Amino acid sequence: MSTKPKILVFSTEKISDPAIDLAGLLKKHYPNTVYTISVPCSSGIKPRWIMQAYEKGFDGVFIAADGTDCPYGESCVEKTSAIISVTHDLMRQKGLKPSQLKMAALCSVCADAFVAHINNFTKELAKKDN
Amino acid sequence: MKKKIGVYVCHCGGNISDYVDIEKVKDAVRDEADVFLVKNTLFACADSSQKMMEEDIKTQGLDAMVVASCSPKLHLNTFRGVAQRGGLNPYNYVQVNIREQDSWAHSDNPAGATEKAIQLVKAGIARAKESEALTSMKIATTNAVAVIGAGVGGMRTALGLADMGTEVYLIEKSFFVGGRTAQWGSVAPTNDRGDVLTAGLFNEIQKRSNIKLFTGAELIEKKGSVGNFDIKVKIRPRGFDGNATTDEIQKAVKACPVSTMDEFNFGLTQRTAILIPQKGQYPQQPAIDKALCNQCGACQKINSSFQPASTNEEILSLHIGGFVANTGFDPYEPAKGEYGYGEIDNVITLPQFKRLIELNDNELVFKGKKVKKIAYIYCVGSRQDDDEGKNKYCSRYCCTSATHTGVTVKNKYKDVLNYHFNRGIRTYGKAELIYGQASQQGDVFLQFTLDSIPQVERKHNKTYVKVKDILTAGKTIETDADLVVLVTGMVPRENVELGHLLKIPEGRDHFFNEIHMKLKPVETVIDGVMIAGTSQAPKNILETLNSSMAAAAKVNSVLTKGELSLEPTLAKVNPGACTWCGKCAEACPFDAIVQVDNEGKMVAKVNEANCKGCGMCTPVCPTDAIDLDGFTNAQIGAMIDALAEL
Repeated sequence: MSTKPKILVFSTEKISDPAIDLAGLLKKHYPNTVYTISVPCSSGIKPRWIMQAYEKGFDGVFIAADGTDCPYGESCVEKTSAIISVTHDLMRQKGLKPSQLKMAALCSVCADAFVAHINNFTKELAKKDN
Repeated sequence: MKKKIGVYVCHCGGNISDYVDIEKVKDAVRDEADVFLVKNTLFACADSSQKMMEEDIKTQGLDAMVVASCSPKLHLNTFRGVAQRGGLNPYNYVQVNIREQDSWAHSDNPAGATEKAIQLVKAGIARAKESEALTSMKIATTNAVAVIGAGVGGMRTALGLADMGTEVYLIEKSFFVGGRTAQWGSVAPTNDRGDVLTAGLFNEIQKRSNIKLFTGAELIEKKGSVGNFDIKVKIRPRGFDGNATTDEIQKAVKACPVSTMDEFNFGLTQRTAILIPQKGQYPQQPAIDKALCNQCGACQKINSSFQPASTNEEILSLHIGGFVANTGFDPYEPAKGEYGYGEIDNVITLPQFKRLIELNDNELVFKGKKVKKIAYIYCVGSRQDDDEGKNKYCSRYCCTSATHTGVTVKNKYKDVLNYHFNRGIRTYGKAELIYGQASQQGDVFLQFTLDSIPQVERKHNKTYVKVKDILTAGKTIETDADLVVLVTGMVPRENVELGHLLKIPEGRDHFFNEIHMKLKPVETVIDGVMIAGTSQAPKNILETLNSSMAAAAKVNSVLTKGELSLEPTLAKVNPGACTWCGKCAEACPFDAIVQVDNEGKMVAKVNEANCKGCGMCTPVCPTDAIDLDGFTNAQIGAMIDALAEL
């Protein structure tokens, strides 16, 4: 397998997108095999989308959650966690490792945190593949 | 499905093309199904490029458009506009970010950046293919606003709105308007009196027929959405109806057997169950504190306008278009023992001290003793570290208020000495002159850091304040003080029910949270609900009035047109697949999902005026019967497939 795992990031338009944009603006590098799909809120990500990503060849999925900053309210945290746990069950059924799905709350200026998360996740996934 | 898609790849000067091989990208996507034309632009956002795209849409009959350029934050709306001018629905436009999330992020790897750009553009094309034309729904709106809280800010908002022709319902929880400002005497920086400010505002309100003031009133129910809210307001019985002479009122107060601490004077004095309006509080009519009244009837015997037994509660139904919450602050209440508070007799807070000044005309006396030496300890309840508490913020007003109070007492009583134990004086803007004045009049400023805070001690029948003063090379300096004044910060007013009713999010510091402190400083994520004044953050009176006027202008601008378009990216239910389990309604934080009968079957339906387009309802559906427009299964699925290729 490639040493550069493919990662799909689900990011949110109002909170984590600006952080990922900022990482680019500051030329903080991360692997080019990381792709982002933007959604309004992390608690609107369907488990079926995450599963589809694995089926089609992504090695890892990263959820950049809104956390308590979510403009749609604090219940976002709990709901995003629920999505993760439902997806973890589906992943186990398909023989996927729970560690292939990561979530972290990213604030709108958390560029460094984003790059650190992605670099770590890439390393972890690469290790497992070998 | 869209079949004639126009794709534009932007060089952004060299910002993109220096790293991404634009020709390679064009070649890679040219043969994608349903791509009708592929062009590159030096600057897609330039006027000439926009005109070219508009022409392409018109002459080539494009049915969807993709621009691969910078972040949608910058130009999504620009190109939606282009699409619209060309005759396309703006939601058939897709922006692909190949600058912030590609050429810049991978400037160390041009080949990799080119590879990623190709995948991203393909995903954009896939999304455009599945895009649907969306139209904004237009709804009629009511030009009436409920302003919650009639302090100096709420009254200012009400006047601003009324003068722009908006109907105002000014709702005040207590029996008097005036809020905190009515409690202050001289206020910085202009030495106006707080009670004179509130008197002026109340006087103006009285002149306007389109402001309806309710005191003793609370919002208890809210339904509907921006432009059309139905609310219920509960008005408590005032317990006084009619007229009484000042003499009769005084007699009634004397006859009342109840005694409790007077909140207006922060507990420096006692009051009865008869609430008497103070200077700056309106209407100038007494009220009865029902919670404490024991129904003895003594006041009623003096004048029958006192009606302690009245249970005449009123529920008012109103139809409005928007809200301004201007609910103010509470002064921070120090913990027992914090700098001796609650344990040492002559330790009080700054708000208490400001009332004490108002209660002492000729001589400054506290608990029977003349006050000469005053020690002010700053930042109490503000700028706390983890050991102290959770208020990390600076309360902004307090340095100015404390130095101003120092100047005020020196002028009023002549022979006082002020010692300011501070953590660096922050008398910003014009208030810097007050700091200068305090220094010139001989006030002593001692500065401490959080790791060695002042110690307040009682010994030899006197109170002492001791500090390691960093302005005198860290020497320990001690003084006795007749009065220790804790310069307390602001905390949000207890407002659990209101925050819950209006669904206003709280920020980290538990004040109400605006969308963006610079770009949308008085708007909340709840459309039609504005916030202003110290409900948002600590502010001085000037800043409170600024935001109050801003909130008035903002809510008026939403309602004054009489109609409003809603963002069309909303959740939609497929009634065929829905089996009504209620999970989506439960997940929705905005009460936007209702149960309806669809040809004999109970299904979920989205109330479009309430839906915010967050998508929280979509993952919880067991039959996948609910989708978010613009983020449908078809669109996201197609994007995942396109990104996964390679």
